[in-house]
Amino acid sequence: MGFGMLGADKNLEDKLMLRNIFITLLALGLFLSACAPQPAPNQGVQGVEGTILVDGSSTVAPITAAVAEEFQAEFPEVRVPVGISGTGGGFKKFCIGETDISDASRPIKPSEVELCAQNGIEYVELPVAFDGLAVMVNPANDFVSCLTVDELKKIWSPEAEGVITNWSQVRAGFPDQPLALYGPGTDSGTYDYFTEAIVGEEGASRGDFLPSEDDNVLVQGIAGDANALGFFGLAYYEENKDKLKLVAIDNGDGNCVLPSTETVASGTYQPLSRPLFIYVNRERIDQKDEISAFVKFYLENAGKLSAEVGYIPLTDEIYALAQQRYDKRVTGSIFEGLGSTVGVSLEDLLAKEK
Amino acid sequence: MNGLFANEDGRFAPRLSLRLRFGRLFQLLSLAAVTLGLIVLSVLILDIILNGYKWLRPEFFTEFPSRFPEKSGLRSALQGSLWMISLTALMAFPIGVGAAIYLEEYAPDNGLTRFIEINIANLAGVPSIIYGLLGLGLFVRGLELGRSVLAGSMTMALLVLPILIVSGREAIRAVPQSVRQASLALGATQWQTIQNHVLPYAMPGILTGTILAISRAIGETAPLITIGALTYIRFDLKGPLDLFTVLPIQIFNWVSLPKAEFQQLAAAGIIVLLGVLFSLNALAIVLRNKLQIRW
Repeated sequence: MGFGMLGADKNLEDKLMLRNIFITLLALGLFLSACAPQPAPNQGVQGVEGTILVDGSSTVAPITAAVAEEFQAEFPEVRVPVGISGTGGGFKKFCIGETDISDASRPIKPSEVELCAQNGIEYVELPVAFDGLAVMVNPANDFVSCLTVDELKKIWSPEAEGVITNWSQVRAGFPDQPLALYGPGTDSGTYDYFTEAIVGEEGASRGDFLPSEDDNVLVQGIAGDANALGFFGLAYYEENKDKLKLVAIDNGDGNCVLPSTETVASGTYQPLSRPLFIYVNRERIDQKDEISAFVKFYLENAGKLSAEVGYIPLTDEIYALAQQRYDKRVTGSIFEGLGSTVGVSLEDLLAKEK
Repeated sequence: MNGLFANEDGRFAPRLSLRLRFGRLFQLLSLAAVTLGLIVLSVLILDIILNGYKWLRPEFFTEFPSRFPEKSGLRSALQGSLWMISLTALMAFPIGVGAAIYLEEYAPDNGLTRFIEINIANLAGVPSIIYGLLGLGLFVRGLELGRSVLAGSMTMALLVLPILIVSGREAIRAVPQSVRQASLALGATQWQTIQNHVLPYAMPGILTGTILAISRAIGETAPLITIGALTYIRFDLKGPLDLFTVLPIQIFNWVSLPKAEFQQLAAAGIIVLLGVLFSLNALAIVLRNKLQIRW
C-alpha cells in the first residue's frame, strides 16, 4: 500500500539532498576562487608569458623555488613549477625533453650525457651557488672533533660494510662504542658527491647505513643516537645547531677546517664543498623567450636568495661569467661530463672558456 | 569436560563468582584495547593541533607556498586536492557503479566472472605506488597527458575503483531478492527493475562506499609523487591539464625543509587535511542515515 508512496518520497528526498550537496560544493569552489587575491594589473612586466618546467635536485629546489617566487611576482604571466625528483631523476626527465631546466647538485654524469645526446638535447650548464656537506656527530660525542678524509673513507668505503662497526676501529684511542651511520639516499646528488669526494668513486659506499631522502629524519636520527655519524647539507645543520655537533675535516694536510660560509666560499673547506647547478635546454631557449628572462633573473638574484635559504653565494665574478656563458649559449659541461668533480675552481673553469 | 566447572564427581559446579571475574577481566582487557588506541590517536592529534593551530589564519588558505613561513599557504595544494577529488569522483563513480551492477545483476555465474571477481579483490590490495607507476607509464607518458591533474585523477580513479566496486556490489546485494521479483512479476524489464528499485535502495551504501574511497584518495601521496606532483607551485590551477600539487605532498614538502617553522606549517596543513577528511566522513554518515531504508 504505502510502498510506492514511500519510494516516491524517498526519491524526492534523495534528489533534494544531492542538490544541496552539489550547491554546497559549488559555493565552496566559488568561495575559494573569490578569496584569491588578484595581482594588481599594472604591477609587473607584461608581454612575457608562458610556463617554464623545472625539475631536479631537492638540494637546489629551495634556491630555484625562491627565485621562482620573486620572478613570478615580477612576471605574473610566467608560471614556474619547480619539481623535486633528485638530481638523477631530474636528468632522466630533462634528457628526454620533459623539462626546460634541470636543478642539479653535481655536474652531469657520463650516462646522462649519453642519454641527452641520444635524444638530441643540448644544454647550457650554469653554476648558481655553493653548498657545504657537513659531517656531524651526536653532541654527546666528546672524542670526535676532527676527522681526516682517510678516516672517513675507511668508514664509508664499500669494504667497510659489516667490518668497521666500532668507533675504536676508526682511530686508535677512540672508545669502544658501536658506530651508527646516517646519510642521504642513493638517488640524491648529495650522496653521489660525498662518495666521489670521500671514497673516490661516485656511488660507491657501504650499504649498511641508515639512508633517508628527508634530511630532517637524518637530523632526528643523529640527534637521538650517541654513536651516530652522518652527513648532509650545511643548511640543515644551521637550523639544528643545538642538536648536532659539527666535525671539522682534515684534507690530508693536518689542518682541521670547519664548514662555514667563509670556508666554503673560499674553497678552504675541502673536499666537501660543492657547486650547485642549473642546466638549461638549449633548444627551448630559442622557443621560449621567458627562459632567458628567468635565467637572467636567476643569476642576478641567486646570490641574495641562496643565502636566504641557507646556501653560500658564488662571487659576483662567477655570476657574471655564468651570464656570459649563457649569452654565448655555450653548451656542454665544464666538467666534461665526468659527473661529481672534487676541488675545482669554478672561476678557473669558466674563465678558461672565455 | 572443563575441569574448572566440574566437581570431583564430574558434575557441573556453577562457581559463579569465578566466572563473573573472568567476564570482568575480559571486559577490562577490551576497554584497555579501546583506550590505548584512543590515547595514541588523541596524543597525535593534540600534538599536531598544538604545533599548528597558530598558523591557521585566512592567509594560510589564500597564499601560495613561499620561502618565508609567515607568507606560506596551501592555496595551490588545496586547489589541486579539490580538482583531483572532483575529477576522480567523476571518473570512478560511473565506472565503479556500472561494474558493480553488471557483476551483481547481469553477469552469468561462470569461470570468467569469478576470475574477474578475484582480480578485483586482489587489485584492492595492490600497494598504491604500483598504481603510481602504472599512471606514469600509461597516462603521463602513454597518453601524453603530462604531469597534469587529469593524469593524477585518472591514476587515483584506478586506485579507488576496486574499493568502489566491492562496496557497490555489497550494497546491491543487500537489496532483498523479493523486491526484484515483485518488480519483474509486475512486468518491469530488468533495466527498469534496476533503475527504479535496486539502485535507489542500494544508493546509500554506494554513496558511503564512494565517499570512503574518495577519503582514501585525498590522503594518498605515493602514487602522485611517482607521477611527478611533488612540485613547488605558485600559480592558480586553471584546467585539468595544468600541473598540480596536493595537500599531503605540500605537507611532505614542508616537513623536509630545514626551518622549524615549516614543520609547524606542516602541522597546520595536517589539521586542514584532517578537517577535509572528517567532513567527508561526516557526509558519508549523514547520507547513510538520511537515505537508509530499514527492512
